[in-house]
Amino acid sequence: MSKDNNSGAHPGNGQSGRLPRKRFYRARAHSNPLSDSHFPIPLSPADVDYAHHFPHFFAPAEPDRGNGMALSPKVRFADVGCGFGGLLVGLSPLFPDTLMIGMELRDKVTEYVKDRILALRDSNPGKYENISVVRTNSMKYIPNYFEKGQLSKMFFLFPDPHFKEKNHRRRVISPQLLDEYAYVMEIGGVIYTITDVEELGDWMRSCLEEHPLFEAVSEEELETDPVVKLLSSATEEGQKVARNGGQTFKAVYRRVALHEE
Amino acid sequence: MEEDEGETVSVSEVAPALIAVHPLENSVAVAVGSELRVFDLKGDCPVSMLADSGGPSHSDTIRDITFCPNGSLFASAGDDKLVKIWRTDTWSCVRTVFTEKRVSAVAISCDGLYVTFADKFGLVWLVSLGEDVEGHALVDNKPVPILGHYCSIITSMKFSPDGRFIATADRDFKIRITLFPKRPLKGAHEIQSFCLGHTDYVSCLAFAYPSDQIQGFLLSGSGDSTVRLWNFIDGILLDTCEIGAKAGLIKSEESKPAVTDICTSQDGSLIAVTTQSLNGVILLNCDFSAKSLSVAQVITMEKSYIPTSLALSSSTECLWTVMGASKQPSSGNAQLLTCLRIMSGFGKDSSDAHPHDPVVLQDNEVPGGEKLLLKLQGSLDVAEKEEVLRAAAAALRVSMHNMLIKKQYSVEKREARKSSRNDKKLKK
Repeated sequence: MSKDNNSGAHPGNGQSGRLPRKRFYRARAHSNPLSDSHFPIPLSPADVDYAHHFPHFFAPAEPDRGNGMALSPKVRFADVGCGFGGLLVGLSPLFPDTLMIGMELRDKVTEYVKDRILALRDSNPGKYENISVVRTNSMKYIPNYFEKGQLSKMFFLFPDPHFKEKNHRRRVISPQLLDEYAYVMEIGGVIYTITDVEELGDWMRSCLEEHPLFEAVSEEELETDPVVKLLSSATEEGQKVARNGGQTFKAVYRRVALHEE
Repeated sequence: MEEDEGETVSVSEVAPALIAVHPLENSVAVAVGSELRVFDLKGDCPVSMLADSGGPSHSDTIRDITFCPNGSLFASAGDDKLVKIWRTDTWSCVRTVFTEKRVSAVAISCDGLYVTFADKFGLVWLVSLGEDVEGHALVDNKPVPILGHYCSIITSMKFSPDGRFIATADRDFKIRITLFPKRPLKGAHEIQSFCLGHTDYVSCLAFAYPSDQIQGFLLSGSGDSTVRLWNFIDGILLDTCEIGAKAGLIKSEESKPAVTDICTSQDGSLIAVTTQSLNGVILLNCDFSAKSLSVAQVITMEKSYIPTSLALSSSTECLWTVMGASKQPSSGNAQLLTCLRIMSGFGKDSSDAHPHDPVVLQDNEVPGGEKLLLKLQGSLDVAEKEEVLRAAAAALRVSMHNMLIKKQYSVEKREARKSSRNDKKLKK
């Protein structure tokens, strides 16, 4: 490919409107979620500059209106460990008025998703304005991004399985982390998980099953939920599994209020 | 700035001496290193702890000690992975819990039925102190994990005085407020709020429930040299007091003294704060109606006396302060020394002519007198050993920094560390 880096930016971002090429965003398959982070973290949800992520939804501030931001829309969907962003791109046209954000720890992958979204916005004016991505460690900093009860959907698609028992604490679904996910989700919000690793599928299901703030979504509901189909078809990882004829294991749960018997 | 210190820190890990006072001022406890020293103020005599009934005694640094609100129980825990629970009437150990990880904080629930402890991987565990019909403690009930901060050191853990909440603070700048459920053995899953705003590790927490306010407040101290006031129910930051700047402690921009301990009277009328650099105590004023914090008074003591821990009984007569370190580089294997200073004059005489006029007690005016000092300090003339105190303060600063502050590496240094990773080495 002939690279005309007129912007001098990232190599994959040569021409505006052109989708970035993954080969320029090679990254390790794994990243250590336990290590101290060296990227900027917002101090609190109020500190996140969402206007920068969703310029279309945040009209330029009118200086004479001090409280204009009070009505600004909030992110409602979070794709945790969004990888190359396939799900976000798939969800965007389904919920054009809902803001969604992907969270990814590997910075090159995040760069790719950023460039991909910008390219999509360029070539489809008015579309894909509702998706964006942040580089962060969601296992440590979820409450720094979202307020209590802010999210209506959370996605955990094909997370790192961390087979060794010693490394189970690195899994993105755990009894302790579910407390935090429950905190940022509204009552009635839905958490979607899928994996091609049976052992991890069992783990995620049992964590959710045993958590008092989550309740399984019924099979009938799953069939009518348009999002469920995307879980295995929209992401790069899901397509790879489908290509190889692999099995997938879903667990979809709803955030419920605590009822102490 | 500190390029090669990273690998050698664990060698010189030093922990501060701790102090706790019985809520009715029946006794006072000091922990330094693995030693627990208790003085019975009511009986006016030193206490010898009866560890025989409850397993081994502490063999490594004690990281936290606490009395339960009614004073009947006392808990100690630390680096030896033991949590010991004591009856304060006989000072016998009723329970020793063996844990998997080093313990960084311990608390007793308000009803005295549960002990919670936090480990260095951010998990909070709970043991039930439930008794069977004959009144014997159930020895076989194991600790269960009830909540977690994701792989972050929990630096402080406190129950709200009404028993509804448990607050935990960590080195990742976070304070988490969790509802403490009626049946906590199933875990504490419902998070009430996160109090976010500190820009460095959070070192200490204290609740205040002023009688004229509907809800309580939380105060927190941090490595960012501030004390913050929170509406913890909604996780709202109400005020920030730049302790270092306000109390005139910052001499140069680079060293912001970390707040090391904070302690409040239950109604919040008295808030005392210690920092890493002040030889004394800072008293704060909190106007809970206006939701503002301000420095009321800076009380300085001898030049090298930098208190590491504070305690207040609920009667608020005296503020107890202690200074000491778990290892004293200069003194070899000699007995660990601490230094105690007690301030009085916080009595609530409503005349209000002198709202705060506390005095630092001379050694001969201390409750318990020389007997107490000998027991808790380890020696009577500690104050003269300025060298020891100064070395302790310096060691503590380095140790706290190494444990809680995130290491900043330059880009080159980071690349160098990456290339020395084990998995990469193997391939070569």
